[in-house]
Amino acid sequence: MSDQRLGANFINRQSFIELDARERATALFDAGTSRELVGPFDRVESPWLEQQGVTPQEDDGCVVMKGKIAGQAAVVIALEGAFQGGSLGEVSGGKMAAALDLASADNVKGISTSAVILLETGGVRLQEANLGEAAIAEIMAAILVLRQHAPVICLTAGTVGCFGGMSLAAGLCSYVVMTREARLGMNGPEVIEQESGVDEFDSKDHALIWAIDGGEQRYATGLADALIEDDTAQIADAIRQFVSKGVPAVHRSSQVELYRDRIATLDTSRQWDPAEFRVLWATKSSKEDKK
Amino acid sequence: MEHIELDYPAKRKISKKAHTGVVGSGDLEVLLEPANGDSTHVSIRTSVDGFGKTWKAVLDRFFTTYDGAVRIQINDAGATPGNVQLRLAQAVEASER
Repeated sequence: MSDQRLGANFINRQSFIELDARERATALFDAGTSRELVGPFDRVESPWLEQQGVTPQEDDGCVVMKGKIAGQAAVVIALEGAFQGGSLGEVSGGKMAAALDLASADNVKGISTSAVILLETGGVRLQEANLGEAAIAEIMAAILVLRQHAPVICLTAGTVGCFGGMSLAAGLCSYVVMTREARLGMNGPEVIEQESGVDEFDSKDHALIWAIDGGEQRYATGLADALIEDDTAQIADAIRQFVSKGVPAVHRSSQVELYRDRIATLDTSRQWDPAEFRVLWATKSSKEDKK
Repeated sequence: MEHIELDYPAKRKISKKAHTGVVGSGDLEVLLEPANGDSTHVSIRTSVDGFGKTWKAVLDRFFTTYDGAVRIQINDAGATPGNVQLRLAQAVEASER
């Protein structure tokens, strides 16, 4: 890409990262087809936060929208990263699990309905601990059911990224779409540093974090299916393509032998460089999909 | 956590509701809904205690120019007075678009 084109794109694009959860969800639907379910005016908020001195948000940081994507029925569930770090509580987790279950029910009735989950989250909301854990388990079960009928697409655009239990949910999705700014990982950098020391992972080293958890690395190592610019039109286009593509022949998380072998052959007696690791895990499919 | 309730007179009927903002650090969420009658009720929940006078001053000023009959709920996570004014203005604009 020439510098001139990059400049023009940068000026003309509409950033997706700068949108809030509701705007992000709306932007993915075919124009004028979306409607929100259990929105802020329904006032289904967390009953636990106020007791702990935290102001609740009326949608509990989870936006559920129904509509059409590429002409097909779809549900988009977006987590608001700015509210409590996009964490999953009893209500936000319940909303996501219920929406996925309803999509499955529609598929069983013969109405093909895919799901897009927008994950900007650190995982379980600590103030609602066990209820959040239970909700994530329900979400993962719901994804496993739904993905048999229709694609479940995970979009992590940034800048919160997707960590903790919800990274496992992302791993179960039919397709994972990321931007260069997004991060995807089980344990966040600060958690690793806290548990294993700064020698293991320096959470202040942003270049290191993105070299390991960043969208570019995840895509290059075959753990994400598309790497898209932070541009609303391009991201919406990528989502439409994956919705049209339908259920993949084999889900990534079903390739147990492949990943078991890869991990078994990995020499853990020495420190791996992210660039070196990228060569080792580079998959044929991740190269083929590259635009 | 502090709850603040304020009432203001209103003259004009509003037909559309509006939602703006997010309960993120230094920001707030505003829910504006049409109300019956000739008064407006403002209900504030804030995680920062002890700023009742400031909230009243900010809302008093806002209602010197706004006369819609509405119910406003504010969920605040430590927004500055300027930010509160902007979010309120944004909600009004969205409700009259």
